[in-house]
Amino acid sequence: MDRTISYVEAVREATDQEMERDASVILFGLDVDDPKAIQGTTRGLAQKYGPERVFGTPLSEDAMTGVAIGMSLAGLRPIHVHIRMDFLMLAMNQLINIAAKSRYMYGGQVHLPLVVRSMIGKSWGQGAQHSQALHSFFMHVPGLKVAAPTTPYDAKGCLIEAIRDDDPVMYVEHRILHFQKGPVPEPTYTVPPGKARITVKGKDVTLVGISYMQVECLRAQRYLESGGIQAEVIDPIWLSPLDGETIAESVRKTGRLCVVDNGWMTCGAAAEIVAQVTERLQGAREVRVRRMGFAPVTCPPTPSLENLFYPNARTIASAAYDLVKGSAQGWLPEERTDLREIEFRGPF
Amino acid sequence: MHDRFYRSLYRIRRVEEEIIRVYPTDKIKSPVHLSIGQEAVSVGVCEALRADDVVFGSYRSHAVYLAKGGDLKKMIAELYGKATGCAKGKAGSMHLVDAAHGVMGASAVVGTTIPHAAGYAYALKLRRKDSVVVSFFGDGGADEGVFYESLNFAALKKLPMIFICENNSYAIHTHQLCRQPTANIAERARVFGVPAERIEDDVLRVHERVGAAVKALRAGEPGPFFFECLTYRWKEHVGPNDDFHLGYRTREEADPWMKNDQVKRLAGLLEADQRRRIESEVEAEIQAAFAFAEESPFPDGSELFTDMFK
Ligand SMILES: Cc1ncc(C[n+]2csc(CCOP(=O)(O)OP(=O)(O)O)c2C)c(N)n1
Ligand SMILES: [Mg+2]
Repeated sequence: MDRTISYVEAVREATDQEMERDASVILFGLDVDDPKAIQGTTRGLAQKYGPERVFGTPLSEDAMTGVAIGMSLAGLRPIHVHIRMDFLMLAMNQLINIAAKSRYMYGGQVHLPLVVRSMIGKSWGQGAQHSQALHSFFMHVPGLKVAAPTTPYDAKGCLIEAIRDDDPVMYVEHRILHFQKGPVPEPTYTVPPGKARITVKGKDVTLVGISYMQVECLRAQRYLESGGIQAEVIDPIWLSPLDGETIAESVRKTGRLCVVDNGWMTCGAAAEIVAQVTERLQGAREVRVRRMGFAPVTCPPTPSLENLFYPNARTIASAAYDLVKGSAQGWLPEERTDLREIEFRGPF
Repeated sequence: MHDRFYRSLYRIRRVEEEIIRVYPTDKIKSPVHLSIGQEAVSVGVCEALRADDVVFGSYRSHAVYLAKGGDLKKMIAELYGKATGCAKGKAGSMHLVDAAHGVMGASAVVGTTIPHAAGYAYALKLRRKDSVVVSFFGDGGADEGVFYESLNFAALKKLPMIFICENNSYAIHTHQLCRQPTANIAERARVFGVPAERIEDDVLRVHERVGAAVKALRAGEPGPFFFECLTYRWKEHVGPNDDFHLGYRTREEADPWMKNDQVKRLAGLLEADQRRRIESEVEAEIQAAFAFAEESPFPDGSELFTDMFK
């Protein structure tokens, strides 16, 4: 498996291969057929599959989500793309009240094989409405699956899995992850829900990094190494269903859990992971926990505040260090430029 | 009157040209959606407004903000992310606000401020005020359901508001006719019983027609009014560059719009020394605004947690 491609190419390839395999797969959303092709993730697909199967839509997120539901009721397998996760807020009624509920509410008579792709933005002044990470909204609601792949390998495998899934899947990307490169096999394969991956083995503390924060956790692991601490890093990959088991087993070993979300903490993915782990381990293992995520404010565009808004490798390392030592140590590693470009390595 | 119009047009154009000049230095770490080419709409409309009238806009609001009297220094400082910006660095280019001058806010989510204008207008009517509200949005905004729902409510309640659809034919790179079956936005408003007009790219005409609507609303005639103002974005959707190389539109398509440049047109209506005086005053003001932004401090870290609640 020596082929290295980017996250963008992995998403594109997964879509292409599934569209080729299954004529019921269709792709639409604002600007999927425009010159920028959603960062390149849809490039060439309109030309290859024609405007009936690949098309840009009007700016009508609410109605187009309902249209996607209607299509999937009729047996199509739509992939609906949103360039920002923030725009999903216009589609919430259809997603939460209909997509999540149809199979159950109609007693299993219908199902909705629907994929909703959306992207989290960051930096360069994305600000209040172009930077939100709202995956936990969807984790909260039974009936939706949520994938947040961080590597090109998982981007491809999760997307293929999502397309083949007979129920709605929220597929969460991050704009910065789009530039990541990594090994990706050419033939199709799936990365099924409910299985997290241990990305680095360690014994002192468990770091769970969600979405882009996986990259920061991998860097934090290196910082911690230089502080004499061996962190185990876990990528949940799928947030719903969540592989609490793999994370709990790691924490059973380390006794310390730091969950770093690319999102807010209150009622968030990190809170859920911490709760699931402590429920599993209570009485069996004493555990120290820490959640990290966005500051509990609106994302400010000015760099001077934005830097404080997000956790980063050094603040994560510092927090994990404290967990291991059992109290605030005030340890903050010197910035290392060699860690800036951590890329994903495989194979997994 | 022409001198006022020219000052406003020239000022907006030159501010954005300065933004383009500075942009490669990365001092403005904010996505900028420039109004260059579209200034005539904001100026034509806002010159018909009073200080106590209010406007709501989109992420493409540099022109509206300035035309309505928004503070230039605070705008540039905001783009620089400085503590002296109109929102202390918390807005960036996409959410310009100057409540004291009736710029009530701008949203990056297309169409979302249209109902805010209707709500504000409802409040004005309830309080028997004679000021008016203007909602600025694009042809893409007219794709969204909230546009029709807001139009319906405004017509139902006869609200003192004016819808200004800045139709530049594109939503990002997608032409109106790839998103809508017919280019008849103004006509759709008429179906709600709303007087609606399409206006060519002509600052004086925009001013005259919108001015008449404002006068009618102040006199207590029922609203709303609707104007579809035809215009053209010269630069890329977001960022400081041209984008004709992308292939979704051509230079030839842009040519007639550029020839009809309303900034040049108004310049031609002034005496040479009057024009020069305006230009040099505006240049000095712009220079001062950029210097102010450069010299201003970034917000202190403690500002991260302010402004969440009272
Ligand atoms: C609800 C929503 N959907 C999609 C987008 C992405 N988007 C940003 S600007 C834009 C085009 C809007 O076009 P238009 O309303 O005509 O305004 P213009 O940019 O031409 O001024 C789109 C699709 C968005 N910001 N909000
Ligand atoms: Mg437009």
